[in-house]
Amino acid sequence: MSMTEFSPSIESRPTYAPLTSHGAAPAIMVADAAGAAALADLAASDSSVMDKAHVVLVAPTAEGPSQIQSLRPLAVHVTPDLDAAGPMLKQLLGTARMGTQLFLAGSEGLMGHMSALATAEGLPLDAIQMEHRGTIARRMQCVHCKGITDNVTTDPFTCSHCGLTLFVRDHFSRRLGAFQGVCVDAETPGVVPDSVEIRP
Amino acid sequence: MTFQFNEETFRGDYTYFNSPAAVQRFPFPFDQDSYMYSVNIERHPGGPKGSPFEFAFDVDEHYVSEMKDREITLAEDPMRCQSLPHMELAGWDLLELIMVSKARDYPDLFTLTRDGNQWHWINKPLGIDKKFTFLDPTTLPCGPMEYITRQAQGDFALLHEREGNLWLDAGMITSQADWSLDFDVGMNFFEWHAPVPKARKMGVFDKALKFLLAVDQEQSYRRLNWTMTVNPRLDTSPENYHKWGPEKRTITPENVGAKQFLRVELQTFWRLPRSNALAFPIRCYLCSLQDLATVPKWGRRLHRVLRDIDPDLADYKGFAVNQETIVSYLSQFDDGAPTSAGIFPD
Repeated sequence: MSMTEFSPSIESRPTYAPLTSHGAAPAIMVADAAGAAALADLAASDSSVMDKAHVVLVAPTAEGPSQIQSLRPLAVHVTPDLDAAGPMLKQLLGTARMGTQLFLAGSEGLMGHMSALATAEGLPLDAIQMEHRGTIARRMQCVHCKGITDNVTTDPFTCSHCGLTLFVRDHFSRRLGAFQGVCVDAETPGVVPDSVEIRP
Repeated sequence: MTFQFNEETFRGDYTYFNSPAAVQRFPFPFDQDSYMYSVNIERHPGGPKGSPFEFAFDVDEHYVSEMKDREITLAEDPMRCQSLPHMELAGWDLLELIMVSKARDYPDLFTLTRDGNQWHWINKPLGIDKKFTFLDPTTLPCGPMEYITRQAQGDFALLHEREGNLWLDAGMITSQADWSLDFDVGMNFFEWHAPVPKARKMGVFDKALKFLLAVDQEQSYRRLNWTMTVNPRLDTSPENYHKWGPEKRTITPENVGAKQFLRVELQTFWRLPRSNALAFPIRCYLCSLQDLATVPKWGRRLHRVLRDIDPDLADYKGFAVNQETIVSYLSQFDDGAPTSAGIFPD
């Protein structure tokens, strides 16, 4: 699966360049099953990028961990989901050296969530690289109840917390690592447009 | 200066009103018969005596009631006031700016006595008499930005300057035209304006940012912005959109004059001395169409502006659904006569 081409959008909507090697600098990499391929491509471009790399795999495929092992990183950590990956990333950042690079690869939800966590921990933005792979599902914040709904693929969608029907904006908060969802029938309660698949 | 503060509400029964004097001094935002984005920046303070531009921070008949409305909003949603950890010094800067300005410009209402860092602040309209130590947060009941902006009309954003950009890193936002501080806090100038249509392509934000970065302590500035709001509601937040949204559809030819309000933001820009942050107060003024039309020039002009506006802007400003009713109502005040230049009544 290759990198996703996103439609042109507004300034706050993130864009994702392909990952590029900083050589053998200390690195933390977080990838989901689809994103692991981006790490493999990165290592193929420069194998030294793995020399001091901790790789966190989120819900990988059965072969995922051994495939990444074969790239000879410093360590591979497997976590079942993003909720479990968060504390792992925090722990790694807590002991990371100056100049550590963070590589994120996979869904926008993973990249948004992990980059928000890393910047909150004090990592500068320019130390974070992201490459989108796989699902175009979005991580959405409900502007009304503030709840996060993960893996949103339709517009509008139902907030998994307050139940309001929300439309999917391109407005994105790096601090929250989420797009904004706003009540679609606020002015005309009950009049909801047909739900469509979101596009990249 | 003697003041009669209105007893009024900005929600529920909406008893908000403008006295005839308040209508006459309303900051009407259109200096000609048409509207398109512009940076439209002027020096501030400075303007005709009695106008909202005369003083640094205008205090008017709505002061006490607006502060009560802010209290209600904050009690329901404390996230309307946020300050990232590095912004506390900017909060003290803002507190100083507002206290010094108000005590200077409205000595009958506010007094500030300073002995080194031992400050004594008296706010008569709100019944506050407080001694505290400047720069010592333990001597205030809350952070300095929150403390002072609970006593100052309008929203306040504090912008941190770095990397050649301005970052929205703190704010007190309870009377906003449909944007979320909680979502936007931490964004840079372009990111937080991203949803505004057309303007980026027109280069408005590049020019505005360049200008703002050059603002220094010697001189502050202002601009006017506007939108339309149904009912005199300060809290038109996205957070509560599902609560106030239905009201937007209650406009009829019979009630439009009383229920449809022109909402004007007096935005000012101040460079803060210690933090080098930029303070961006956004003061909201509301006036019903029927009150505005008591000034013949404004009735004529508002009709022409709203009739001829770019449809994208009518949509963005949220009045497209009511535009026909509004324009048809205002047409009775437009006899086709020419209007004089500038924003003030003839």
